[in-house]
Amino acid sequence: MHDTDPVEEKTVVPTSDELRLIGTPFRRVDGRAKVTGQTRFADDLSFARMVHMKLVRSTVPHARIVKIDTAKAQEMPGVVGILTGDSMPDPFGILPVSQDEHALCIDKVRFVGDPVVAVAALTEDQAHEAALTVEVEYESLETIASVEEAVANPEPRIHDYGDEGNLHKKLSMSFGDVDSGFEEADQIFEDVLFFEGNTHLPMEQHATVALTEETDRVTVYSSTQTPHYLHRSLAKVLGLPAARIRVIACPNGGGFGGKSDPFNHEICAAKMALKLGRPVKICLTREEVFYCHRGRHPVLMKIRTGVKKDGTLTAQHLQTALDGGAYGSYGVASTYYTGALQTVTYELPKYRFDSIRAFTNKPPCGPKRGHGTPQPRFAFEVHLDKIAHQLSIDPADLRLQQLVAADSVTTNWLKVGSMGLGKCIEAVVAGSGWRERYGNLPEGRGLGLACGSYLSGAGLPIYWNHMPQSGVQLQLDRSGGVALFCGETEIGQGSDSVIAAITAEILGIDLHDIRLCVADTDLTPVDLGSYSSRVTLMAGNAAIQAAERARDLVAKGAAEKLDVPARELVFADGQVFHGENPDNGMSFSDAVIAAESRFGTLGTTGSYTPPRSPGRYRGAGVGPSPAYSYSAAVVETEVDPETGLYRIEHVWMAHDVGKCINPALVMGQIEGSVYMGLGEAMMEEQVFRRLPKKRSNALVHKHPSLLEYKSPTFAEMPPVTSYIIEDPDPNGPFGAKEVGQGPLLPMMPAVANSIFDAVGVRVDQVPIAPHMIRQAIEARDRGKEARFGPKSFPQIDFGVPLQVPTPAEGGDGKAINIEEAGVRSGTGTMTERKDSVKGDN
Amino acid sequence: MSQQTTTRTLKVNGEEHRIAFSLHHSLLEVLREELGLTGTKHGCELGECGTCTVLIDGKPILSCLELAAECEGREVETVEGMMQGNELHPLQACFADLGAAQCGYCTPGILMAAKALLQRNESPTRDEIITALAGNLCRCTGYHKIIESIEWAAARLRGDEKFEPPKRAIYGESIPGETVSDA
Repeated sequence: MHDTDPVEEKTVVPTSDELRLIGTPFRRVDGRAKVTGQTRFADDLSFARMVHMKLVRSTVPHARIVKIDTAKAQEMPGVVGILTGDSMPDPFGILPVSQDEHALCIDKVRFVGDPVVAVAALTEDQAHEAALTVEVEYESLETIASVEEAVANPEPRIHDYGDEGNLHKKLSMSFGDVDSGFEEADQIFEDVLFFEGNTHLPMEQHATVALTEETDRVTVYSSTQTPHYLHRSLAKVLGLPAARIRVIACPNGGGFGGKSDPFNHEICAAKMALKLGRPVKICLTREEVFYCHRGRHPVLMKIRTGVKKDGTLTAQHLQTALDGGAYGSYGVASTYYTGALQTVTYELPKYRFDSIRAFTNKPPCGPKRGHGTPQPRFAFEVHLDKIAHQLSIDPADLRLQQLVAADSVTTNWLKVGSMGLGKCIEAVVAGSGWRERYGNLPEGRGLGLACGSYLSGAGLPIYWNHMPQSGVQLQLDRSGGVALFCGETEIGQGSDSVIAAITAEILGIDLHDIRLCVADTDLTPVDLGSYSSRVTLMAGNAAIQAAERARDLVAKGAAEKLDVPARELVFADGQVFHGENPDNGMSFSDAVIAAESRFGTLGTTGSYTPPRSPGRYRGAGVGPSPAYSYSAAVVETEVDPETGLYRIEHVWMAHDVGKCINPALVMGQIEGSVYMGLGEAMMEEQVFRRLPKKRSNALVHKHPSLLEYKSPTFAEMPPVTSYIIEDPDPNGPFGAKEVGQGPLLPMMPAVANSIFDAVGVRVDQVPIAPHMIRQAIEARDRGKEARFGPKSFPQIDFGVPLQVPTPAEGGDGKAINIEEAGVRSGTGTMTERKDSVKGDN
Repeated sequence: MSQQTTTRTLKVNGEEHRIAFSLHHSLLEVLREELGLTGTKHGCELGECGTCTVLIDGKPILSCLELAAECEGREVETVEGMMQGNELHPLQACFADLGAAQCGYCTPGILMAAKALLQRNESPTRDEIITALAGNLCRCTGYHKIIESIEWAAARLRGDEKFEPPKRAIYGESIPGETVSDA
């Protein structure tokens, strides 16, 4: 390997400003395989002697397991293996602070769908038949269905850990002197809003195939977004050294966050393969995918903001209550995320944030596109629309007049780099004819504006460590081809194409001369996974470093042959040549031969670690990112006031992506985000009902099927006018920031705001159903508040807030009252630094 | 459940296969598991999502709802049969070039539904495309790239080589008044 001190390193050959591939709409590297059916998703894999596994899932929402009887199943035709929870006693979970899941439930089940037994048989039909014969006896416990019930009923506890009773997490933090901020205000606005839970609904059902190659060595192919974290969980639960476990993430048939947790079925498949010594496959049914969930948390929010007459915000107090479902998942991080990014769009001089996450007897919630931020963004942007209306300020101007400055540090100590929100707002305002049309359309027709921001990768890894968050390794050979090894996972977003294009650009070679080997824990350097919109920025930067090092090696070899200084060489179009005299050159493959002749086998590595964030308080680990993307949307809606039925007529969306690596793929992410946001605004909901007492009192999913879980089809998708704003960020590869999640955020509030402009009533929750609009209209006609939405926020003692002085107050990023605020369990999302540093050795 | 097997001849992508399979198995299962044609995907196996669409006698059919045993004597077409030699079908090429396949999981089913549409209507309107594909769900694209790809492929199949997808579909709309300031 090329051994260079990354700190001292200066590249020999400067990267030209003239880009040949970056910024062009090249065909994605996996495009051909995806349109020919050649892409191998996990369920497409098949091996000799492979058996099939099914999970027996709990039929009750909360119960002690009294007895598990697998005797009948054992005798069923084709059955080869049965697992119960006692064979895998070690708990796991994505966050070090929430190790609360078992591969199969041991003493308790916590929701309808919690897995209890795994059955393997020669065919899938046989496994299914045998699973039906397993008998589990339960002793039912009282169930918790909502945040309100969790607050009111600390017993019986769903878990024996967490901040108190059935509250998994409780936090309170105050940035600056919030009381004085409210005193400076001329008016204080307060709203209570609700965001219903919804799920990812990837078209691919989760699948896993596990096989053993040696007695104590197992390979797991899976539809996972996070092979590295799955690798760690497998090592923990299976009790095998990580070096004996190989995880290969197959291309995901859609993820959206839903394949980011380590899952029961993945661990059970590996365990079963180790038990049977033969390949084991499991593919979840669609119903089971709804039980895996980890989707959008239902969040009730109270938002209170102090505002001056001219619209200037002086302080905000946000309270959020998350319905977490039955397990921790990413929930502690989700909880912080419902407050962390409120500060990165508009100047908010003082800010207080309180939150709870409750355990309930429903499938666990976790990260879905936007992870924890779409809910408070919905609240904030609807709240701002109301403020603008009350103060007779144009909603676009209210936002434009107080944008967070580029290169600044926010009230809660997030470092903002490039900031293109102003350009985004200007673009959608101009494109939609906002200035002329807003407030002036006929009754029933309305425009709504909203904005958003998202991370380009979380600043910190999920477990504390000092290692890179992404690594790339290149291997050059005398054919002129370059093998690129990286742990990143293709989930449809185009990450394979991004790292291949970056490498090809720097080496000046054809995209097709890059061979990719990705997401294989045996062969590829770690990348933490396809979550938090981190891959373009992090793996992209790692690819730049590896490619620049490779280019320098090749340049040194070529320079000697061409008798020119290496720094004057240009790499382009498969050639290496003298910049001043292009005729003096050689092919890239000849240059590689020259370099290999001089240095021996050629390989380089590149790593990326995000810059350290200035926040030093407990909880400061959630929110920092190397770069923030920005989006603004205007939505035009037609509402029938008689029925409440509405239709989205047009969407204008502008997104600040920093710099396009591939505009066609950026457009795809923007349109896909608009689509998914519309689904959340209009129809998507993961909801439950309690069966009558005489019928088990169970909490059951209302519609665990693709037909009844409503999502937009071709027919519901409105025209979308997209604007790509390029405000390059110094931390991004070629200036690039994220695009996969950000453009979803403005959609829900923009729809709600457009309905207000159309018919003059507020629906303060999503999804917005026609009857809600009708009820708000009827309320107005009866002289009541023209609104549909939650009435109140529950009384919760959030405790003494952690006091963190702001940058403007001269703070240093630390809290000043750690003693008084008390030490609660769950220190942020990670293990304590001291504990995990031990583990590093 | 009875595990009765049957032996039938199925014609898939123009090739005949004499195969034994469980009588109750769907065409989807037999294509994927007996013939190894895993290009046909599944999203629900209940006829709800359109992912498993194949063509039977030229018509788009949900292969998860069709018993394989009833397909004897009928022409089955899957995504694996679309390429002509080593060349992509225009629908495939346009999908790949425009980014109409993101994760690619719904793509084979949508390609088959689109192929059936273009076989019966060489110049479909946007509404006709939407109607023909309304039974196929896609979670990635927001559908626009798919519609634009079908329009582009239809033009190429008609021999209209000048047709190009709109520039805004690839680069976004040009930003109104290029002198926008960062307010």
